Amino acid sequence: MADITFHVRRFDPASGEPPHYEDFVVSVEGSMTVLEALFAIQEQQDGSLAFRYCCRSSICGSCAMYINGRYRLACQTNVLHMGVPRVTVEPLPHVPVVRDLVWDMDDFFEKYESIKPWLIRNSKLPDTEVTQSPEERHKLNMPIDCILCAACYSSCPSVWGEEHFLGPAALLKAYRFEVDSRDEAGKERLPTWDNERGVYRCHTITNCIEACPKELSPTEGIQWLKGSAVRRRLLGRKK
Amino acid sequence: MPDHQLIVVGGGLAGLRAAIEAQEEGVDVAILSQVHPGRSHSGAAQGGVNAALANNPDGHDDSPEKHAFDTIKGSDYLADQPAALQMTTDAVPAIYQMEHWGCPFSRYDDGRISQRPFGGAGYPRTCYGADKTGHYLLHTLVEQTYRRQIRQYIEWFVCRLIVDDGICRGVIAYNMTKGGFEEFRAEGVIMATGGAGRTFAKTTNSMISTGGGAAMAYHAGVPLKDMEFVQFHPTGLYTTHILMTEGCRGEGGYLLNKDGERFMARYAPKAMELAPRDITARSIQTEIIEGRGIDGKDYVYLDLRHLGAEKLADRLPGTRDLAIHFEGVDPVYEPIPIAPAQHYSMGGIDTDVDGRTLMPGLYAAGECGCVTVHGANRLGGNSLLETIVFGRRAGAAAARDILGRERPLGPVKSGGEAGAAVESTIAELAAREGSEDFYAIREEMREAMFAHFGLFRDEATMKAGVDILLDLKQRLKKAKLRYTGSVWNLDMIRTMEFEGMVDVALATASGALVRTESRGSHARTDYTARDDERWLRHTLAYYQPDGGPPRLEYEPVELGLYEPQERKY
Ligand SMILES: Cc1cc2nc3c(=O)[nH]c(=O)nc-3n(C[C@H](O)[C@H](O)[C@H](O)COP(=O)(O)OP(=O)(O)OC[C@H]3O[C@@H](n4cnc5c(N)ncnc54)[C@H](O)[C@@H]3O)c2cc1C
Ligand code: SF4
Ligand code: FES
Repeated sequence: MADITFHVRRFDPASGEPPHYEDFVVSVEGSMTVLEALFAIQEQQDGSLAFRYCCRSSICGSCAMYINGRYRLACQTNVLHMGVPRVTVEPLPHVPVVRDLVWDMDDFFEKYESIKPWLIRNSKLPDTEVTQSPEERHKLNMPIDCILCAACYSSCPSVWGEEHFLGPAALLKAYRFEVDSRDEAGKERLPTWDNERGVYRCHTITNCIEACPKELSPTEGIQWLKGSAVRRRLLGRKK
Repeated sequence: MPDHQLIVVGGGLAGLRAAIEAQEEGVDVAILSQVHPGRSHSGAAQGGVNAALANNPDGHDDSPEKHAFDTIKGSDYLADQPAALQMTTDAVPAIYQMEHWGCPFSRYDDGRISQRPFGGAGYPRTCYGADKTGHYLLHTLVEQTYRRQIRQYIEWFVCRLIVDDGICRGVIAYNMTKGGFEEFRAEGVIMATGGAGRTFAKTTNSMISTGGGAAMAYHAGVPLKDMEFVQFHPTGLYTTHILMTEGCRGEGGYLLNKDGERFMARYAPKAMELAPRDITARSIQTEIIEGRGIDGKDYVYLDLRHLGAEKLADRLPGTRDLAIHFEGVDPVYEPIPIAPAQHYSMGGIDTDVDGRTLMPGLYAAGECGCVTVHGANRLGGNSLLETIVFGRRAGAAAARDILGRERPLGPVKSGGEAGAAVESTIAELAAREGSEDFYAIREEMREAMFAHFGLFRDEATMKAGVDILLDLKQRLKKAKLRYTGSVWNLDMIRTMEFEGMVDVALATASGALVRTESRGSHARTDYTARDDERWLRHTLAYYQPDGGPPRLEYEPVELGLYEPQERKY
């Protein structure tokens, strides 16, 4: 048990006031996470605090925040394990804030939608499953674990610099489908990412890899896509 | 005021599947969800989804009938048998459809969908994607909703139904990101709001599994069915109650007490760790009560070490991560401290196999509904199945009802008043006098539910529990809303949620108190036997606006396939 000070960024765009920080002291026990501390603050100290939450088990992607200068899921971050008496909690940087720790994800999801994030099949479907070997399935392991938390998106300098850039998460999703042995998009999805808004805006800065709380590598997906565009254009390959 | 033909409340698996079907049938449908659909609690499901595909070599002669039998036996014969068979029959095409839509199921060498054994099942028929099946299924349906450009109102919190002349004509919802309430008028509403796990302390459920949809229907006069049947999962992490999937035992994990004994041998000698959940959870609890918990504490071990690092990485990678992050234990090297935790609401809004409720225009599907296929105890892997099977059926039925109407419904009468009524309720909450702390009341209720309506129940404890709930309801009248800002007001959302939770809890408690038998998850120490003569029937709880306990009615169980037998494993 220890008293920890939470230094929380507060902002209400409608108020006309600039963003500011407020301190809340919470007595923290062994397994308490940052998300639980935020609940303790909202319940016991300041009912106005705004943040996103749902699963509290690092699978829904709601609670990505900037905690002590690192991208983290609040629900996956054990307070005492950070080993500091003072924890700064901020919304993801470089994105528009709705209020406090909640930010406006509309652009993020529009970009996600723009890459046609669904399996495209043209040939007739069998009565049972479309078969897929364990090796083919294995290629999906990394990208299908994305929880759309947008930590990578917020961490990417190319996103900061170019508002139309699709960003790591949407491109990782494009990779997830292009690399799926069952996908028959051919050239249908290609124009959505094979352009200046897409893969060519990635300068392999790899912030996304460091930011991702699920330890995924959007960069790896993007590199594969770049290679695939060349393979298709120059070598006439399918993928 | 957005108008659509059909409103689906909830973007979990059930809601998304319903919306897709309704749109395919040709109605204008919109989804309202408190969180982005991809963040719904369905995504937390780990272990898998059942269907008699007969892909597993040990299950080549599996069939929907055998799946139905296991489901009915698992339900302790409280499931409606035709409904169970409907689900298991629809299961096979439903899984293939999810696969065709892109769901990344794990595969056998020949490329077919893998299937693992699960508790209470005679055959290995649980299809899975590693131990993240819910996440994969959910994202697949999210993708399909985007593909079909189904209208989604994301981060809208629904707080009330609009009912005109006894017909459900829409909902009132709070716009979380912009502030304010709006009426959504429609010709039908499908509730797909998920379970009510948060009414209990120690739950595997998400923070938003608060039974909201069930409460809204209940308050509008629609009965809740079989609410006393609450599933406790055997293996929640000891400190956080986060789930360790049944797949752990499906893959061969052991349950050990302080003596290192595989104690399930004493409770279910044949099925061992793969006995159904109610039996396994009670066995663990008995070990704990009798002092055989680890270090005399209230947990036992789930031991996966003998499975080896490679199998864990292949089959249970998410489980390993959860144990490391949330319990500080690496299952490759250490056994995992676990204890039973509330997991699933078998009961819910009373519906038929097409999601229709007793109120015209109102439908329900998924965990908030009760068809009933799970009866007194749900089998692992049957609930994801329920969401896609009955989500689809509810979507189709609602669409058919809307399109097939001979005379169109007139315009909705409540023009604006409905939204205004909610706003005045909020104003009342903010103006309440008294010093009660709403969040303290909420925690007291959750603790009381776990302590008084937990794994083992008896008359005196439950009576005291009902009294506590009634008292909390009175105290709640003295708890004031503290924040009245318009944007992302969690204080308001959580207060509105709680007003529903406490009534849903009271329905659970009241049904349990009266049912003088033990059946499935409802285990009484004062009535230890199942009593088919008196209790082979469903409970229907009707809300009483005076604030007292619900009026209870009963309905026969639909049998017809299998005679009730003693349940042994
Ligand atoms: C940890 C865990 C693991 C599980 N594993 C398995 C498994 O392996 N196999 C299996 O078969 N079952 C499993 N289950 C059970 C299964 O996951 C759930 O029963 C099922 O996913 C419920 O789906 P649903 O669509 O009914 O609800 P949910 O997925 O809970 O979705 C509810 C939706 O309703 C919305 N909502 C709720 N209230 C409101 C409101 N007031 N206004 C607006 N929107 C609202 C939410 O935003 C959400 O989109 C598991 C459950 C848990 C807790
Ligand atoms: S790639 Fe990682 S950081 Fe980016 S959205 Fe997905 S889970 Fe989040
Ligand atoms: S609350 Fe779901 S990821 Fe943190």
